[in-house]
Amino acid sequence: MSDPILRVENVTMQFGGVVAVDNLNLSIDPGQIVALIGPNGAGKTTAFNVITGVYQPTNGAVYFQGKKIIENHPQGKMKAQYKGQNAGAYSHVLSPTPDKITQLGMARTFQNIRLWKSQSVFDNVLIAMHCRRHSNVFSATFRLNRKEESAQRKRAQELLEIVGLADDRGELATSLPYGKQRRLEIARALATDPTLLLLDEPAAGMNPQETDDLTEFIAQIRWDFHISILLIEHHMDLVMGISDQIYVLDFGKLIARGTPEQIRNDQRVIDAYLGVAEDA
Amino acid sequence: MTSEKRKKLLTLAVLAAALAACLVVDATLPSYHIAVKVISKASVYMLVAVSMNLLNGFTGLFSLGQAGFMLLGAYAYAVLTIPVAKRDSVYQYFDGGLLHFSLPEIFSFLGEDLGTLVGMLAALLVGGLLAALLAYLIGLPVLRLKSDYLAIATLGFAEILRTLFQWNGLGPITNGSNLLKSYPTFSRATSYVLLAGVLIFAVVLLINSTYGRAFKAIRDDEVAAEAMGINLSHHKRMSFVISSFFAGVGGGMMAMYMGTVAALPFRSSMTYEILLIVVIGGIGSITGSIIASFLYIFSSEWWLRGLDSGTFLGIHAPGLFKNGFRMAVFSVIIMVIVLFFRRGLMGDKELPDLLGRRPKKQKKEVAGK
Repeated sequence: MSDPILRVENVTMQFGGVVAVDNLNLSIDPGQIVALIGPNGAGKTTAFNVITGVYQPTNGAVYFQGKKIIENHPQGKMKAQYKGQNAGAYSHVLSPTPDKITQLGMARTFQNIRLWKSQSVFDNVLIAMHCRRHSNVFSATFRLNRKEESAQRKRAQELLEIVGLADDRGELATSLPYGKQRRLEIARALATDPTLLLLDEPAAGMNPQETDDLTEFIAQIRWDFHISILLIEHHMDLVMGISDQIYVLDFGKLIARGTPEQIRNDQRVIDAYLGVAEDA
Repeated sequence: MTSEKRKKLLTLAVLAAALAACLVVDATLPSYHIAVKVISKASVYMLVAVSMNLLNGFTGLFSLGQAGFMLLGAYAYAVLTIPVAKRDSVYQYFDGGLLHFSLPEIFSFLGEDLGTLVGMLAALLVGGLLAALLAYLIGLPVLRLKSDYLAIATLGFAEILRTLFQWNGLGPITNGSNLLKSYPTFSRATSYVLLAGVLIFAVVLLINSTYGRAFKAIRDDEVAAEAMGINLSHHKRMSFVISSFFAGVGGGMMAMYMGTVAALPFRSSMTYEILLIVVIGGIGSITGSIIASFLYIFSSEWWLRGLDSGTFLGIHAPGLFKNGFRMAVFSVIIMVIVLFFRRGLMGDKELPDLLGRRPKKQKKEVAGK
């Protein structure tokens, strides 16, 4: 098996005295869909924010395509407060800003949709390609980058067609119905040309029909774009339907990992999160 | 596509009509006429208002440093263009000043008229570049601040700059608190309109380029912009520098319009005037800033003059229409505009949007200009 595309190593995120993520280890192989599940407040989104550079972890490291991109160890006041493990294991500090991480090839969507409100559907996708530009501000202003500009526009149109929003291209992004906004966010993330896509509750607020469509859609973009996907989700149909690996968090700790089949039958997961069907 | 083309043609027609109107004013009226003066001043204000709109309206950075950058541009222009022969009388308290060259004279090998013009434009460019350089330097610490705090920091910086330029220690260059004068100026309104128009066109091109789109993304949602790979500090600083460049050039044109340069007029009240224009025109609309500058300057300098001097619209009432009444009326007008046009006269619409929307109204607009 080749190197994992993403490897999270002993990551601990502590806010003051609260350990939100406790010594998380996680890896994603190329082409895999990996789900991160757990009850509310388990630290799923925090883990997401550490991986994408929004938070600097208190301790631990993250590797992307075999290269270390994030590393930290407890410093200053945190040294005395630190409650996690592996305190002495790391000595460097590496904390790139989110835009650097996106440029490396990780793109994300948000739990609460964050589209650019005053921009059209088309422009939302187009702007996301800005991070792959080669033109500088002068060549762009004086239209010396026509080739790049028209290539971007063509690609944006293609992406809109793939996600089924080509008819809405001129609409204001926020005037779209909820389900379409979710799709637009995915299209926008794909426009940054990622190798790993991170989806934060992509099916939140969707009805069962929309969720089924989305499940199919996610499974399809994995093949079409040759990407790996890490997703946080509460809809178990979606998670069990498409995931290759599932990680279960509870109070910041990893309590289980495995295939959907293993997770479904894991007693600790059932106790902490899945629960038992009432008629059983 | 044809409607796109028609919009373009109509926009060009409106702009050509406006330019023709300026040419007519220049050809028929003497250069000291109030109409020539207000068009010149409004052109300067529209350039600076657009530069402020680029920063406040399109990038979402609330900055109030515009007067400071204008001051720098104005001084750079004056210092670099005062003829050598006149330096002794201008810098009479500073032994003729430190610099003994002037750009129009350096370029005089191009012929007298062309040399002067090239020298003047070069001086404007230097003023803009100095303002941009300063923006680059203060951008790093200042742009870490957000909203009101950024406004306070830039406002303070502009005031510091103004005080510094009045300091006698810098006298050999800035002439301390004395006037700089005797430098060449544009005398025709069309020159101001053309120069400001060309520069604004460059801003419009920038705004519609991939960088302009990135600025708008930062304005709409910083977190999302950063997550989509847009380097926030880099782009904010770029917007700040470009905006300051145009404010600097605008300051140089302001120096031309005023005929003399002193630090005093570049107070924060000048920034507030420009902010008012941007807000009235519509935050995020270049067309709005342009229209509002003309309305603002025309009203405050010309149309409402009668309110101060006794007779307004044929009504003779010296008891009521005396000094200060103009500003009272003016404030009421501004309040009414802000109340009825919550998002400014234009919102975030531009001229082509207006022309494309209602096919019947567009003819009126072209004819009316």
